Amino acid sequence: MIGREVSVRYGTRRVLERLSFEILAGAWTCLVGPNGCGKSTLLRALAGLIDLDQGSISLEGRLLADWSRRERARRIGWLAQTSSPADLTVSECVALGRFAHTGWLGAVQSADAAAIARALAATGASDWATRRLSTLSGGERQRVQLARVLAVEASVLLLDEPTTHLDPPHQEDICRLLRAQAQGCGATVVSAIHDLSLALMADRLLVLGPQGLVGHGTPEQALAGDWLSLAFGKSIKIIRSGAGYAWQPQLG
Amino acid sequence: MARATQRSRFTHWLALGCLVTLLLTAASLLVGTSTIRASLDWLASPDAQSNTVLWQIRLPRAAGAWLAGALLGLGGALAQGLFRNPLAEPYLLGSASGAGLGVSLSLMAVEPLGSGGAGWGGLAWGGLAWGGQIGITGAAFIGACAAITLTVLLSRGVMQTASLLLAGIVVGFLLSAITSLLLLRSPDTWRAMQAFLLGSTGYLNWHSCALLALTFALCIVPALLLARGLEALALGEDTAQSLGVSLRVLRLTLLAVLSLATASTVGQVGIIGFVGLVAPHLVRETFSINQRQLLIAAPMCGGALLLAADLISRWAVRPAELPVGVVTACIGGTYLLLMLWRRARHS
Repeated sequence: MIGREVSVRYGTRRVLERLSFEILAGAWTCLVGPNGCGKSTLLRALAGLIDLDQGSISLEGRLLADWSRRERARRIGWLAQTSSPADLTVSECVALGRFAHTGWLGAVQSADAAAIARALAATGASDWATRRLSTLSGGERQRVQLARVLAVEASVLLLDEPTTHLDPPHQEDICRLLRAQAQGCGATVVSAIHDLSLALMADRLLVLGPQGLVGHGTPEQALAGDWLSLAFGKSIKIIRSGAGYAWQPQLG
Repeated sequence: MARATQRSRFTHWLALGCLVTLLLTAASLLVGTSTIRASLDWLASPDAQSNTVLWQIRLPRAAGAWLAGALLGLGGALAQGLFRNPLAEPYLLGSASGAGLGVSLSLMAVEPLGSGGAGWGGLAWGGLAWGGQIGITGAAFIGACAAITLTVLLSRGVMQTASLLLAGIVVGFLLSAITSLLLLRSPDTWRAMQAFLLGSTGYLNWHSCALLALTFALCIVPALLLARGLEALALGEDTAQSLGVSLRVLRLTLLAVLSLATASTVGQVGIIGFVGLVAPHLVRETFSINQRQLLIAAPMCGGALLLAADLISRWAVRPAELPVGVVTACIGGTYLLLMLWRRARHS
């Protein structure tokens, strides 16, 4: 996905200002930045859910606006930051991920059923298939929503805070899953994640600050350029921990 | 396996609903100004009078009440899905107030003519002239449609749920205020309006039934076809759009269906509250159900509710009748209170 001079405004407030970037296919890119810097807005723009004030976003070399609604829905899976507690069972919710494939009547073919089963298994939600969303905890609901996104079997996954409500082991599982989607399945994964230790597990970082794009590159490049401190406007201490990195809060 | 169990439970529920409807319809044939024994005698040995009472008055009234209740139940399920609000009801776009204003204008227009006879509050049912030969049914229908159009115009389209709801409330209050102002000037019209405002199934005939049945067929088909869109919408507007749902098509179509259902119902039986609000809740409380099943079960429940309310309204103060809207308000209000109490106990 390529963005050129992307600007978005809500009313008179400009949220994104002339942002240009390229999101690599088959890699997991994490959006990082302080609250209100436009991470969710950028994800919504990438999903084609909001109109751009200026600029363009293209997918597979074609402008996003030129894709039909259905074609776009088959190629882009999207997870909202918060989801409504809908009165659905887990399997009904995940089956909605196949909407762009099955259409309004929702006739589930064997390929759809297989995609739903794979998504449920990948997120560890198979055991709750018959339960209603209202009976699940916040973390369980989040995993079901992620399963719904995976069931699309899209080439691009856009995820706004996918680890919200999850306990640490499940956060780790989800990050492992995102990496597998990118490296194993060749999907382009873009996620906004607040936890810097988790975000630094991604293949690439797109760091946003209050003034716009701070940098776009590998975690090593971000650390070398101290992009995180620039984005957050204060010193951010990252230490190496095993094969990855960990954010060390400075309380003193 | 679980899907099959759910489908089987739904089939059983539908069978039970059909049985209850049949029993209520049979009871509707027996209850009226005559005694039940007389009604049974009429059934056993029919004559010209009994044929008229049973098959030309009581049966179309029962069938019409069921259809009107079914349309309200469907409207309630659609409104609650479309606005993602369990308290949404079919009249929330101002249709009831619009219909009220249409009827009051119609009655005031005909009042100088001094019409009498059968119909709403003693005024002729089909013979009223307002802007030609529209009649009360037409006036209510046009009023309801005009109110909904005004609501959509005020909210600048159908894409903003909050604006739509707010515009509906504004239009409802505004048109009610205009109606009250008009009625203050005309006490006779006010009396005639009472039957309309409190709802009545007393003027339903086979012609009304045909009209309501046609409306029901026109409403249920698109509603069922778009049921999956409502399920997607339940996850949030952005999520629904990302799944490939066209919110504009979904909203415009379902609002048109909702408008047609409420305008037709109000035109035939006046303003009957609570059925549209309570029927979907009653179904959801009974068993776990998906959106498409709800759009089938809620009309069935709404139909049975209004049929039962009509029966009570005729039975309670025989040989007189209670306004059916009062009975539905009592049943619906009590049910909602019980639901609140049960939920409070669970929490």
